[in-house]
Amino acid sequence: MTDADAPTPAVRLDDATVRLGGRDIWSHVDLVIRPGTFVAVLGPNGAGKSTLVNAVLGAVPLAGGRVEVFGRPPGEGGRDIGYLPQRRTFDAGMRVRGVDVVRMGDDGDRWGLPLPWGAARRARDARVDEAIDLVGAGAYAGRPIGEVSGGEQQRLLIAQALVRSPRLLLLDEPLDSLDLPNQAAVAALIADISRAAGITVLIVAHDVNPIASALDGVVYVAGGRAVSGTPDEVITTPTLSALYGTRVEVLVTSDGRRVVVGQPDAASHHAGPHGHTHGHGHDHGHDHGLDHRPGGPA
Amino acid sequence: MNPLVSAALAGPVLDPVVDLRRMLALHFMVNAFRAGTVVAVLAAVVGWLMVLRRQSFAGHTLAVVSFPGAAAAIWLGVSATVGYFAGSIAAALVIALVPRGAAGRPRSQESAVIGTVQAFALACGALFVSLYGGFLDSITGLLFGSFLGVSDGQVIALVVVAAAVLAVLAVIGRPLLFATVDGGVAAARGVPVRVLSVLFLLVLGCTAAEVSQVTGALLVFALLVMPAAAAQQVTARPVAGLALSVVFGLGVVWASLSVAFWSPWPVGFWVSTIGFALYLVAAGGRAALTRWRRRGADGRRTAGERRPEALLPGVVGA
Repeated sequence: MTDADAPTPAVRLDDATVRLGGRDIWSHVDLVIRPGTFVAVLGPNGAGKSTLVNAVLGAVPLAGGRVEVFGRPPGEGGRDIGYLPQRRTFDAGMRVRGVDVVRMGDDGDRWGLPLPWGAARRARDARVDEAIDLVGAGAYAGRPIGEVSGGEQQRLLIAQALVRSPRLLLLDEPLDSLDLPNQAAVAALIADISRAAGITVLIVAHDVNPIASALDGVVYVAGGRAVSGTPDEVITTPTLSALYGTRVEVLVTSDGRRVVVGQPDAASHHAGPHGHTHGHGHDHGHDHGLDHRPGGPA
Repeated sequence: MNPLVSAALAGPVLDPVVDLRRMLALHFMVNAFRAGTVVAVLAAVVGWLMVLRRQSFAGHTLAVVSFPGAAAAIWLGVSATVGYFAGSIAAALVIALVPRGAAGRPRSQESAVIGTVQAFALACGALFVSLYGGFLDSITGLLFGSFLGVSDGQVIALVVVAAAVLAVLAVIGRPLLFATVDGGVAAARGVPVRVLSVLFLLVLGCTAAEVSQVTGALLVFALLVMPAAAAQQVTARPVAGLALSVVFGLGVVWASLSVAFWSPWPVGFWVSTIGFALYLVAAGGRAALTRWRRRGADGRRTAGERRPEALLPGVVGA
């Protein structure tokens, strides 16, 4: 992230502040994400990682500052953005096929009935098939989505986010609720797609380690602020200690994994209500709290 | 007495052509088939979406609420048809006021609110019937259905409302399906999830009011849920599911009207029983097929060490 006269950034935040339910989720955040890069949003539960994604989507208004997506205000780049919300898995009773879910990503927001024939229909089917092939979901896309595994659902949902060939992919905890082999496989898949298609990827993650090798940069959100840079710059003892405002230590294991030790959880930082109010706020409810635990991975 | 009516009262001769001709020679039976057909198609389409949206309880309540609506209309001397629609649409608006989660999914209190509305509505229905004073027969008709008295005017009203509802669904159907299956992404794509949810409740209210007029308020589920649920057991394809739901609905209505004509038992009983049988067959068939495929896949997997997914090219009907 050196040259200042690079092309229009994919995402740019200028002195941005988000206030929800009367408290600042984070404030005065400056951030530039260059096109074609693969960037992770890290931080403890409740720090406002999903809020950052929602601000880029235009789903959360700013209390101050600016957000731009490809040089435009957020919300105007609908077709340019592929979005995977914090998951939600489909339960076994959902009697809709995976291919239908992917197809909805293409034309599900259009009014009226689709024509069952014609060139537009063939082009759409081709786009859907291509997206499904890209994530390797061909073998189970014809099955009801409630009946395939969590990892398979996640691949289909990534295909759904990709089907319109977005320039920016916003993935909110796509690795959450996957087992370790699937985490690695899905992370590698996202990295490959990003590189091959030149798509900018912003991925919210609990743990940097499964995706560390593919990352161009990280945004670390904690203590109401955010720092960005390469993982080696950001996930360090001095940077994170400054961000948290208290001493935390980053250990680097012999295989290059970074582990944050003594990390306070977000709730103790904000005196506000525990269950925060940005609408996706079930961060606190789950027990996956890897980074809630002192000594969990970054 | 009309010779055809006396023939009908004498029972079927078990020759389908003769029996059908005798049945359809009676104008009230023709109207019953017309009304039943309209209602079956509408209920099958709306019901398919309702089952997918998990709003069966709301659908049931909207149907139950048509009972006090109709009872009030009769008490006030207005057409019962108006009462059915007024009750269901008013209740749809009340349920639409329940706050929802971010992704457009109902929060847990929704079912409590719906249950409260339902109990209150039934109580109001009892009140209106008692205020009206006589003619206990009408309660049975309102609650459990009667197909004898469908007038030409009612058939026209049913057709007009059904056409309007289906036209609305044709416009909003695709985004509605998106919002149903994947509310968060749909909202991010600019689909007005909340507005669609209110619109669907109104659609559901109109449908429940229509169906109530044939099956009675308490047996609406027979046409609104059973064909749709059976169709979803058979296929997960949206278009095929909708079509199959319509076929099931028509089959249930036509069969039950025919049987009810020759039997002393009420049509609502036959609609529900045939619909229930259909659902049992569909669910049982699917369970048996799943088990059979799983056993087959396990057998092949131990032989060839391949993933079961690769051996299952699309599940039931896919």
